[in-house]
Amino acid sequence: MSDRHPLFKPLIFVGGLIFGFGLGFSQMARPEVVLNFLTFEDFGLLFVMFGAAIVSGIAFAVMPRIRESAPLTGDRYERRLKPFDRNVLIGGAIFGVGWGLSGICPGAAYASLGVGNVTILWALAGMFVGAYLQGWWRSRSADVDSVAASAD
Amino acid sequence: MVADPVVPFQVAPELFPNGIGRYAVGGLLVGLGAVVIYVGTGIAAGASTFLESTLSYVSGQSRFQRYVASRDWRLVFTAGIVLGAALFAATVQSGLVTSSLYQPGTTGELYEFAGFTLWLTDVQPWRLFFGGILVGIGTRVGKGCTSGHGVCGVGSASKTSIVGVMTFLAVAIGTAQIVAALGVTP
Repeated sequence: MSDRHPLFKPLIFVGGLIFGFGLGFSQMARPEVVLNFLTFEDFGLLFVMFGAAIVSGIAFAVMPRIRESAPLTGDRYERRLKPFDRNVLIGGAIFGVGWGLSGICPGAAYASLGVGNVTILWALAGMFVGAYLQGWWRSRSADVDSVAASAD
Repeated sequence: MVADPVVPFQVAPELFPNGIGRYAVGGLLVGLGAVVIYVGTGIAAGASTFLESTLSYVSGQSRFQRYVASRDWRLVFTAGIVLGAALFAATVQSGLVTSSLYQPGTTGELYEFAGFTLWLTDVQPWRLFFGGILVGIGTRVGKGCTSGHGVCGVGSASKTSIVGVMTFLAVAIGTAQIVAALGVTP
């Protein structure tokens, strides 16, 4: 992917800056505020998630109609829908327990570091450990599957 | 004996004790960040893939190596999120920029560092660490987190994402209520 447009990474960076500023401003970078939503003390999080979904939804709906492909990658504007299987439910439930326990999700954790919350390094360390554990497990079972398949 | 008057809606006297300004404005900005990336590149960005794509720098596991092509820009995206939030801390959180749309609230602790007002959580490290492990497993097995499923997926009306969001939202509410009922605070 070295043949990408020179503005590809700068644009990703600018998008990340706006995204992170928004997570700071909305206080989603504060686990307490997320936990206050989950315990029904402050329903503001709904405005963040659905507000953001509506704004991005407009772009997802409009762009494919007015342009063929994205200027910096040449990729077509299309919905790349993730296939549904039981992993969506299993993973969603595991994520739900973790989110309800800690009050933090990945994007908000990166932003939390930005607002000075060094304590969030505990959560980031945990996330890498968790991502590694599932990746190790799934890589291993994939390897076992491919060995079994080639033995057929 | 005086009977308590039955007041409707007493269960939720204040749905938004901190107003909606910071949430609405913050949500619009989060959406705008995703839009900038999508319009320029056609990519619907999510934050949790970064965990696996970054592990591909240090681990040869096939599960991580599949993200080699995207790991550089995902690192840039995450650096942008951290610095964007730092920009917020240096301006709004530090009081350099004030707005009636921003309610500072009273959660956690503010501290001064190098002329800026920074913030620390009171939530206990064990909750962050063990919760983080489950977030790391769950978001990757479940194909997305609050940004990939919650913002981009719901925004593109993906049924998979809507089911994913309903699942983690319902389980998270149950978990947080149980943890609070057990007296764990903060």
